[in-house]
Amino acid sequence: MARPNKTLRRNLIALSLVAPFTLTFLLVFAWPTFKVIQLSLTDAPLIGDGTWVGLQNYRELLDDRIFWVALKNNGYFLVLTIVPTTVLALLIALAVNRLRGWMQPFILAIFFLPYILPVSVVTLVWQWMLDFQFGVLQPMIEAIFGKRTAVFRDPTWVMPVIALVTIWWTNGFNVLLFLAGLRNIPTELYEAAALDGATPRQRFWRVTWPLLWPVTALVLTLQLILQLKLFDQVYLLSQGGPFNTSQVLLLLVYNEAFQQNNGGYASAIAMVLFVIILVVSVMQFQLLRIGRHR
Amino acid sequence: MSTTRRIENALLTLLTLVGAAIWFFPLYWAGVTSLRTEDRVVSADAGLLPDQFNLSSISDALFNTRMLTWYWNSVGTSLILTVIVIVSGMMCAYAISQMRFPGRRLLYGIVLASFMIPAQALVVSQFILMFQMGLINTWAGIILPQLIVPVVIIVYKQFFDSVPKEMREAVLLDGGGEYALLFRVYLPLNWGITTALAIVTFIGAWNSFFWPFLVVTTEAKMTIPVGITQVSDAFGVYYARLMSVALLGAMPVAVAYLLFQRRVTEAVMISSGVKG
Repeated sequence: MARPNKTLRRNLIALSLVAPFTLTFLLVFAWPTFKVIQLSLTDAPLIGDGTWVGLQNYRELLDDRIFWVALKNNGYFLVLTIVPTTVLALLIALAVNRLRGWMQPFILAIFFLPYILPVSVVTLVWQWMLDFQFGVLQPMIEAIFGKRTAVFRDPTWVMPVIALVTIWWTNGFNVLLFLAGLRNIPTELYEAAALDGATPRQRFWRVTWPLLWPVTALVLTLQLILQLKLFDQVYLLSQGGPFNTSQVLLLLVYNEAFQQNNGGYASAIAMVLFVIILVVSVMQFQLLRIGRHR
Repeated sequence: MSTTRRIENALLTLLTLVGAAIWFFPLYWAGVTSLRTEDRVVSADAGLLPDQFNLSSISDALFNTRMLTWYWNSVGTSLILTVIVIVSGMMCAYAISQMRFPGRRLLYGIVLASFMIPAQALVVSQFILMFQMGLINTWAGIILPQLIVPVVIIVYKQFFDSVPKEMREAVLLDGGGEYALLFRVYLPLNWGITTALAIVTFIGAWNSFFWPFLVVTTEAKMTIPVGITQVSDAFGVYYARLMSVALLGAMPVAVAYLLFQRRVTEAVMISSGVKG
């Protein structure tokens, strides 16, 4: 049993070690979490006091057509990005993994480079490539679809093209995760499979795919959470238009709070997003934990 | 190897190269555009190949905008943020991993939970808080709400957990304290992971858009990702200049990545938990 003042001393040292993180956490995370819940129950503007209105904001949300459109668009964006980027990243990782010598780091760098670019660089470049008048991709669009298209002002095109830009931008991260997963597979397994006369296809489906599944699950769930937080690309490329066809929840939070000065209502929307992401994250945590314990 | 296998292999490599060329095309095209004159950029007979080496758009972008100010703001805020996140995360992880104190499990639970809280959903109340603290349009306002990076603590804790206990006891017997242990033993033993976490945190801070975009409204305090969105308004549709701005904005991190490619790659793998 340690002497009391020794224990006290140790606790104080521990306290001083955890204090910087804990205090910052309380100030910029815990307190704002509490405040955003409270705000969502008031009619407060962005800056200034409001009065308590109970669940009024949430009731209004249920009747707000734009809210449902935004929610649906968030879902549409998940469909457009999650599975395509995962499949594409796996294919690229397999292709990069079989390269030898200088080619491997070189080709990997090309696929990874967009991921480290600021989002506004990405959107500037794609806006230029898709410019209605001078865009280098417009002749191709014209050849395939018969006419030039201002893609970010077209209700049908806007979400798929934002999804395409997003995949180009973020896919390199997924490629890296798959590559790490592929490198973790012991080569003996492939040698054993080859000795048993397995075809390349059999080797993929019997060895690579099952052993890669934990990484695939990680990529899928990380993407799910990341893409739910969609804001930057939409704001920079289409501002939610045309006619709200690319309106998403976080953009709605921004518009209500910072454009319309409805702090309370914006907080209610933010709470919906908060809960959705929290639920998905908890599911991810459980899923990955189960995967690890097996 | 049979002939068919060899042809198959060559075809696969060729396919990979074509894919990489397509993937690189947007950046290539931005490069070609930035080196052309504005007239050439919009002329119908300018092909896909680089045909001019005109640096006026680039110097225009660098000196006739507030690019240099934005670089300074980006470097300053990202560096400060990275140092604070790494040092505070390391200290917290050390205490959780190596010391016994009341509330330890609760604290680690909070760290894991904050991993799941989307900061984006808190921007309204964080903005109000920064406003009340008078930090709108300041570096501190940009940095403060971005200081919670739980993955740093989680990764550090894993690495500290695996340091042999004998080292700890030896130092404690010699009369060293916990701080000495952390900074003289645990930190030097984990330099690799420290650089990895610092790289990932820095890239994240440099590229972050949403929060700096909300908390900064004057051009003089903008970071690169926010600042360069202002230029299109100022320049109109002068694409050579816009592409120069874009490439200049991308340059520092892109160059750093190409120089330290292996390190960055490993850092991303380690911090996402696919590599120990």
